[in-house]
Amino acid sequence: MLIFEHSRPGRRNYSQSPTTAAEVRNIPQHLLRKTPPLLPEVSEMDTVRHYTRLSQLNFSIDTQFYPLGSCTMKYNPRACNSLAMLPQFLARHPLAPEDTGQGFLACMYELQEILKDVTGMAGVSLTPMAGAQGELVGVAMIRAYHEARGDYARTEIIVPDAAHGTNPATAVMCGYTVVEIPTGKEGDVDMAALKAAVGPKTAGLMLTNPSTLGIFEKNIAEMSRIVHEAGGLLYYDGANLNAILGKVKPGDMGFDVIHINLHKTFSTPHGGGGPGSAPIGVAERLLPFMPVPIVAFEQGKYRWLTEKEIPQSIGRLSAHMGNAGVLLRAYIYIRLLGAEGMYRVAEFATLNANYLMAELSKAGFEIAYPTRRASHEFIVTLKDLKEKTGVTAMNVAKRLLDKGYHAPTTYFPMLVPECLLIEPAETESKQTLDAFISSMKEILAEAYAQPEMVKGAPHTTPVRKLDDVKAAREPDLTWKRSS
Amino acid sequence: MPFIPHTEEDISTMLASIGANTIEELFDEIPPALKSGSLKALPGLSEMEISRLMQERAEVDGRYLNFIGAGAYEHHIPAAVWQITTRGEFYSSYTPYQAEASQGTLQLLYEYQTMMASLTGMDVSNASMYDGASALAEAALMAVRSHKSSRRILMPTTVHPIYRRVVRAIVKNQGIEVVEIPYCAECGHTLLESLAPYAGQDIAALVIPQPNFFGVLEPVDALTDWAHDNDALAIGVVNPMALALLTPPGEWGSTGADVAVGEGQPLGIPLSSGGPYFGFMACKQSLVRQMPGRIIGRTTDLDGKTGFVLTLQAREQHIRRSKATSNICTNQGLMVTAATIYMSLLGPEGLRRVAAQSHANTVALVEQLETLKGVKRIFSGPLFHEAAVTLPTPTGAVLQMLKAQGILAGLDLGEHYPELGNALLVCATETKIADDLKKYVEHLGRVLA
Repeated sequence: MLIFEHSRPGRRNYSQSPTTAAEVRNIPQHLLRKTPPLLPEVSEMDTVRHYTRLSQLNFSIDTQFYPLGSCTMKYNPRACNSLAMLPQFLARHPLAPEDTGQGFLACMYELQEILKDVTGMAGVSLTPMAGAQGELVGVAMIRAYHEARGDYARTEIIVPDAAHGTNPATAVMCGYTVVEIPTGKEGDVDMAALKAAVGPKTAGLMLTNPSTLGIFEKNIAEMSRIVHEAGGLLYYDGANLNAILGKVKPGDMGFDVIHINLHKTFSTPHGGGGPGSAPIGVAERLLPFMPVPIVAFEQGKYRWLTEKEIPQSIGRLSAHMGNAGVLLRAYIYIRLLGAEGMYRVAEFATLNANYLMAELSKAGFEIAYPTRRASHEFIVTLKDLKEKTGVTAMNVAKRLLDKGYHAPTTYFPMLVPECLLIEPAETESKQTLDAFISSMKEILAEAYAQPEMVKGAPHTTPVRKLDDVKAAREPDLTWKRSS
Repeated sequence: MPFIPHTEEDISTMLASIGANTIEELFDEIPPALKSGSLKALPGLSEMEISRLMQERAEVDGRYLNFIGAGAYEHHIPAAVWQITTRGEFYSSYTPYQAEASQGTLQLLYEYQTMMASLTGMDVSNASMYDGASALAEAALMAVRSHKSSRRILMPTTVHPIYRRVVRAIVKNQGIEVVEIPYCAECGHTLLESLAPYAGQDIAALVIPQPNFFGVLEPVDALTDWAHDNDALAIGVVNPMALALLTPPGEWGSTGADVAVGEGQPLGIPLSSGGPYFGFMACKQSLVRQMPGRIIGRTTDLDGKTGFVLTLQAREQHIRRSKATSNICTNQGLMVTAATIYMSLLGPEGLRRVAAQSHANTVALVEQLETLKGVKRIFSGPLFHEAAVTLPTPTGAVLQMLKAQGILAGLDLGEHYPELGNALLVCATETKIADDLKKYVEHLGRVLA
């Protein structure tokens, strides 16, 4: 039932809006709304009950294990939320003077400094509001850098075929043409193809390392040399920074610009699809182009650096300074971890992934890159299972929902057929992983014994398989009073 | 080990299964030369220690009586909003790609889309954008995509100055021209005369703020019709709270604006130093396939039961890659959860009362301020809940002195509109009571005397 169907004309909550209805003076009649908006007329209890019940239809980290590759679903500590929501932080207006926000700005400044250290970059700006915006900023800086040198010939961005879809989409938004390069047998970027792709038109290369295949690009130093010798810059998609946190710094791998998805490495909540936050780090030569504002610490005071101090800045990406509350949560998480805890993020994410890979392999699942170490994630391919039983990766994913697990990432990266991209994250215990392995074994047996049952999954969720085709062909995107 | 549940025994069993001796061995594919740096010393804090640190910092920041608006507005947020929003099932859930495991978030987003479409008077809404400024940039890109030939956007200077910068930063690499349109120095809104030089030219869209940055109401009907007469789209950039009172963009002019965007923060989102907020975007049915961002649709399952899914994904980057409508991947899911609960609690009458009280308070504040010598409202156009006033002495010094009294008296307009002289943008929402207004006026009176 929709909230609108609970609605009754004239019902309202008296405590939560002004008791007296103020007179609207000074607004000409023709500018006033004629009919009220279609908002529900329900009691406070109706609202609380309705949305509490809706919440219970969701899977979440607080209730389920999410072996969701490339998404890093780790535990979101409660302290990060409650401390970021202290009343003074919530009440602070973004345009309030700097001296009324010294406590908040201290957290932001320290976060910038810590992120510089973990990425090995010369400067950090916290403003991008999500990974894709971090990418946009990064590629825009690459463009600004070339143009500031009078080099307008560089029109191409190179992207491996295993990259996140945001990479090519971002390159296009920055006015570039995308050159896609293939992946070799072992899962690394095809070096011959890279050599052939670079040249005077190369503005840069966008790379995720460890890659979306869950392996570390061994040739990264050589790739860096090739791209730089051709005059291009190296962009690090920091989606998988959690896999190498404290082990290798992107700056040391030769990257010129990087974004960090804070939810993945520093456990800010996914919130059902956002808000994200993606600070960017830059090497020395990109410092003049960083997006503003940035926090500075001078003579014992924190203050904003803006276009005035960074005149070549590529500009602003949000009305204020990005998703401040998300940044606070990441800061709190980092302080709880300390340096030792940060090393352990990579260590235990990697331990969990390799353990799960070893056990699933022993259980009869085919690993896409069996000769390689898993980074924090790895790929199972069900090509063989599909040929033998007709059960697809999607079927297995949906059957996992019945067993109380969120599905792994399916059909990404697209170059591995019938793939499940599996990432356990460091906060899961061996016991949870073992229970998951048992469920995977059960599903494998079911696929042979009762393939039709597996293909009909899920069976126990609030709704069964939904008709996506109908949704797209006859879009029903809003509720209408008559319907 | 914070947030790591492994016992020593777990670790050794797991390493044995993998066939490795140490955890470090699992990193053996990384070339040793790259493993250069260690992290700077940073002790881990206990929950008690970090709580103390954060509370100290929060107290340093204090609390002020706030009269700043300028795109972020203080409204009362009912207790239920964030108590429900931060339930783990919303807070810690993933993007609803697995529809069967995400019906809570998906149904909520469908309800949100319905509320926003109705509030803006448009046919459809997406599931939200990053914030108001970036939503406006995406609307500009959308207009250019749907227009056959033009890459030019007309942007009144009454649009939030930071929004204008954000639009520029996002669209500049796509060869899009943003032309700024001056405002009427007397009335504070955009005049048709200022658009006249562009009549008959190739234009993708005209942006129409309502209310505008000065809090003044624009002649939206005439501006919308002008855009359509010139084969341009009309993009409304609106305050959703104002729409409880004002004509929604879908009803502007003879056929309505084509796209409505704005900052969703007034709908239950705390000010929190600027974010996270959420942007909203709604449009006419004919433009839905040009709209960026996630969209939720209602459908049925195998048993014919109603359910909700992400739909029209053929527009998006994870399917279309370099041919997507935008590189946008996330929405501001948690913020929209709060906004949906907020709108449900307030309802049409509650929202109207908040808007009306905010309007009344600002009108009252301006009247009282104008009793002070040398303080005067700058523009004659009708206002919603914000006003530009001129001061007899430099704004910065006045703001400093009032801050010392615990009052944030407004935004200095000098940085963005130096031509206005000593000018202040003030806002009094429903959160201000008569005593607050009195306190402000008295202190300002003393400072100016």
